[in-house]
Amino acid sequence: MHQLLPYIPAFPILGFLVLSLFGRKLSKPVIATIGAGTVCLSALITIILGFSFLQTEPPGGVYDQLLWSWFSVGNLSVDIDLRVDALTLVFIFIITFVGALIHIYSAFFMWHDGDYARFFASMNLFVCSMLLLVMADNLVLMYLGWEGVGLCSYLLIGFWYEVPSNCRAANKAFLITRIGDTALLIGLFLLFKEVGTLNISGILHQAPDQFATGSSNIVLITILLLAGGMGKSAQLPLQTWLPDAMAGPSPVSALIHAATMVTAGVYLIARMHVLFQLSPVTMVIIAIIGALTLFVAGCSALAQTDIKRILAYSTISQIGYMFLALGVGAWSAAIFHFFTHAFFKALLFLAAGVVIEALHHEHNIFMMGGLRKRMPVVFITFLAGAAALSALPLVSAGFFSKDAILWYSFSAANGNPLLWLMALAGAFITALYTTRLMLVVFWGETRTPVHRQPGQGMVIPLVVLAFLSVTAGFIEWPHNMLHLTLFSAHVQKVLPETLLKTTLPSESLFQLIAALVTLAGVFLGYILYYGKPGIRWQQSPALAGIREFLFGGWKFDQLYNFLFVKPFVFITRINKSDVIDKMYNGIAQAGLRLNSWFSVSQNGSLRLYIVGVLAGILFIITLQLLL
Amino acid sequence: MVITRFHPVHALLYLAVSFLSVGMIFLSLGAPFVAALEVIVYAGAIIVLFIFVVMMLNLGRETAHQEKEWLKPKVWLLPSALVLVLLAEMIILLFTDSKQPMQVAVVDPRKLALSLYGEYIIAVELTGFLLMAGIVGAAHIGKHMHTPMHRFLQNGHGEKEKAKQTRPPEPVSNEQTVLHDR
Amino acid sequence: MIDSAHMVLMVATVLFALGLVGVLTRKNVVFMLISVEIMLNAAGLAFVAAGSKWQQPDGQVMFLFILAMAAAEVSIGLALVLQIYHQHKTLDVDRLKELRD
Repeated sequence: MHQLLPYIPAFPILGFLVLSLFGRKLSKPVIATIGAGTVCLSALITIILGFSFLQTEPPGGVYDQLLWSWFSVGNLSVDIDLRVDALTLVFIFIITFVGALIHIYSAFFMWHDGDYARFFASMNLFVCSMLLLVMADNLVLMYLGWEGVGLCSYLLIGFWYEVPSNCRAANKAFLITRIGDTALLIGLFLLFKEVGTLNISGILHQAPDQFATGSSNIVLITILLLAGGMGKSAQLPLQTWLPDAMAGPSPVSALIHAATMVTAGVYLIARMHVLFQLSPVTMVIIAIIGALTLFVAGCSALAQTDIKRILAYSTISQIGYMFLALGVGAWSAAIFHFFTHAFFKALLFLAAGVVIEALHHEHNIFMMGGLRKRMPVVFITFLAGAAALSALPLVSAGFFSKDAILWYSFSAANGNPLLWLMALAGAFITALYTTRLMLVVFWGETRTPVHRQPGQGMVIPLVVLAFLSVTAGFIEWPHNMLHLTLFSAHVQKVLPETLLKTTLPSESLFQLIAALVTLAGVFLGYILYYGKPGIRWQQSPALAGIREFLFGGWKFDQLYNFLFVKPFVFITRINKSDVIDKMYNGIAQAGLRLNSWFSVSQNGSLRLYIVGVLAGILFIITLQLLL
Repeated sequence: MVITRFHPVHALLYLAVSFLSVGMIFLSLGAPFVAALEVIVYAGAIIVLFIFVVMMLNLGRETAHQEKEWLKPKVWLLPSALVLVLLAEMIILLFTDSKQPMQVAVVDPRKLALSLYGEYIIAVELTGFLLMAGIVGAAHIGKHMHTPMHRFLQNGHGEKEKAKQTRPPEPVSNEQTVLHDR
Repeated sequence: MIDSAHMVLMVATVLFALGLVGVLTRKNVVFMLISVEIMLNAAGLAFVAAGSKWQQPDGQVMFLFILAMAAAEVSIGLALVLQIYHQHKTLDVDRLKELRD
């Protein structure tokens, strides 16, 4: 089966090459066929691969395919080596399968766009890079994919580059993730220096012998890796780019900024879990960052009015959950949440894309309303996604994964009631803003007429994703309900089992609390927003201030503006005339000045020179005489 | 008198007188060999060389006239004053030194020759190099005269080319005399 | 007080000064060369005087070197003078400023 591995990323890259080279000459149906078809083929291969993996497990639980040696310098040898184990399988399944659905969707969504080929070329390149990222057997190749997805993200955020704000958003995303990427790169260098290899399996095998638990080296390395993950996954200090990244087309937001790329950080940490386990400090940091992020981003989502920004903040928040799970050591729960989140968040974005398209590119949810009757299919699918997002008990996939995270944040060995409370608050807020979103958009009176209904090609992916959003959770049940743990059994071939505390309260109680909190959130949202959306918020000035604060994403942008941009601009302004250069220029100018003085004396008059010599002699003899 | 003449030939005659008198001083200082050399080389060869050049450049009355114009008091006053100061200072230096009387002793050529080819052999060799360089340099500079090597030459060459070509042998013969004299 | 060596040295100094004045005041290259000869002669005179004072042949040896040097210098210098004259049609040093900055 492992012979099939190269074809998974090969098809998208083929599509990318064809589209980018000949894209202008091809007709739109051909472009759509190539763009979506290649990814669909990849998805097909992945599914075949997955089945064979699940039926007869390969030796060592790994499909490994060495393609060729990339370069070999000294004791560093980097191969193009693809490797699929249980963890990677989950990721490539999501990437190709959700990717294929989104490609089909965008084939119709982008139909009227002028740059059809460029869009699909970028999307295909993205899929390929993302696949490389997760399938790479060594960190260099992974970094290639890592940078590749960053590039595609930049290209696609700035897809409509005629609008300056889109370009700014693209730049912002690129620059902020670059901070993380740089940290990641330094981390990789350090890792290579310490371990002497960049092969993932090699590192994972050698690391426990190489590093003492909690030694400063491993802490430094893991923190750097974490910083890389934080940049990509939009976690707390570096999260500001993601809401702006919604400037791209909706399918891009769905694929890159919800389902796949932003979870690269989660993948990285899960992949390097051996290292992270050696550094408890970093684990705690991850958990805290995750908890803070999910809370902060959730609050911001409450105040947004742009439908895509709400979803963006909710994405940040949900990735915060994943980080929290990773931080407390609930590896499989994190991956499981990634799994379900990919479905429902892609669904939500695609549905939002349909809504926006139908309403003449109207992003403001308060200009929507009453869509329940007029776009029933979208309504139902959106409802499925929203239910999963807010983790409605039992009927949604999100419940199972989020509940697992909530449970582990309390019960796992490094879990903490405080983390649990944060996560619980996050769950409440999530339910609240999801309800708000649903009520404002789909209930109430019509504010913008529906411009056109989505076509079949856009509806089918929605329906498939909605189906999965509801059912994907059923493959993993909480321990106390049903002994069906397909997912964690699968993932735990690679990832260690979650360590639990020895004495635990009843899990059922916690599930009940979580479910009640979620329902309370929904209920509160219902009270607040049913009928007269958004009115109460504007009435009181204090609340309006809070709302303003949250609307700006806790003013992180302003904070960074103040902390980094302003000083830089200030320094630049000071340095406009180049302080350092001034010194050198000064030397040069002094030289020139002296030159101009002395060259007056070099007038070619021989006698003047002799007078100079004479004066010198006279001076010396006079000195001799006087002293 | 040398430096104040306007006519180069006059100046050269005075120069010869000066050289001869310096030669007499040498004789009185007990250096007969050097005195002889002074007369032969300076008063002989070098003066002849100058005269050849003056002849070839055809420096005649108009040159003297020109010199007269150039030699205005304001031209020579300042340098002369400076040099006078220098002179005064040097004389003061001379007479502030120790004042032991000196006996003039004749240094015979034999002693001179021993010293020259004994301890100063390297310097003699170097002088040989210098003279060789002088020969080659003079020959080279003289040789290029007939080729139009400079834009200034373009309009002014022709009638004096013959004279130029005869120029090179003279320094050579001169150097040889110097060498022979030594 | 006024002994022979000092007198000779004084003569040499005066000769030197005269040569210097010549170099400084004359514009004609030929005259400048003549003045340089005078200065060289003065230096030689000083050497010989010093040599005879200490009764050593070194002074005269030095004079020989100066002599050789002067001969070489004069021959080259005069060759240059010829060259200059044929190229610039002048012997005025103040007009020969090709080398100035």
